[in-house]
Amino acid sequence: MRPGFGEQLIAEGDVDVAEEEQELIEEFRRQLDQGMWAAVPTTGIDGRREAEMVRAFEDIPRDTGRVIFFPRAAGGAV
Amino acid sequence: MPWIDRRLEARRARRELRRAGETGAAHDPGRERRAEQRARELLKSCVNEEEWAMYRDLGFLRVWGGQSALDGPPEMRGVDYAYLIYPHKPIVAYLPQTGRLLNEYCVEFPDETRPYGSPRLPDSDDVLAKWMALQGDERRIITEANLHLPGRQIDPRQIQRDLWRLGRWERERLARALRAETGSRRLAEPADG
Repeated sequence: MRPGFGEQLIAEGDVDVAEEEQELIEEFRRQLDQGMWAAVPTTGIDGRREAEMVRAFEDIPRDTGRVIFFPRAAGGAV
Repeated sequence: MPWIDRRLEARRARRELRRAGETGAAHDPGRERRAEQRARELLKSCVNEEEWAMYRDLGFLRVWGGQSALDGPPEMRGVDYAYLIYPHKPIVAYLPQTGRLLNEYCVEFPDETRPYGSPRLPDSDDVLAKWMALQGDERRIITEANLHLPGRQIDPRQIQRDLWRLGRWERERLARALRAETGSRRLAEPADG
């Protein structure tokens, strides 16, 4: 998610292809280094949709279709 | 391999568009409207059907608090609580059984990657970010937020009205679901005689 623009695709690839996985890892780290948070939308066994925050590429489930980055939360309106 | 060629060509085109988007910042009056439309689609694809309908119909989301379990903080154990998520307003914690408002959690998602500040997230992206953060790491976002008593930014009367609207919306939804279930059961029953 990007302020002023909304959802934008920043990288895509197949984690089973080593070269593409490496690109995804680098982009993931770059986003986190820029201060973004990463979340993976999930669906529980009962069908409920939830989200999981991930802090490392290894934490992303292999079958995940997407990772959503959004700006880190900060306290607002003091 | 024409299929692979097409995929690669499409990926190259998207990469070019991304590059152009990063450098070209021409004024586009429809940009924010399109951004909000994309944000709504993204939100819809992530949350539950009931939550999407709630946001679409009422303009806010309710998320149940997750720290009332036995392994949660002592003060929250056994207490059912929930949050109301509004776009670009504080997250409001309340007790659904009594309607008592607990706190306002003021939180923003500023884009630190841009040197001179930036416009805020589209409304539905702001809601989705709060939803994901509460679902994925409730303690973390609550810790990051500025805590205030209810009424600091949102009029408590408005929240009480929203809770009343939410209750009515849920009752109507339940009634519709029951009617549909009864109707389908009737259709499934064999005819007499």
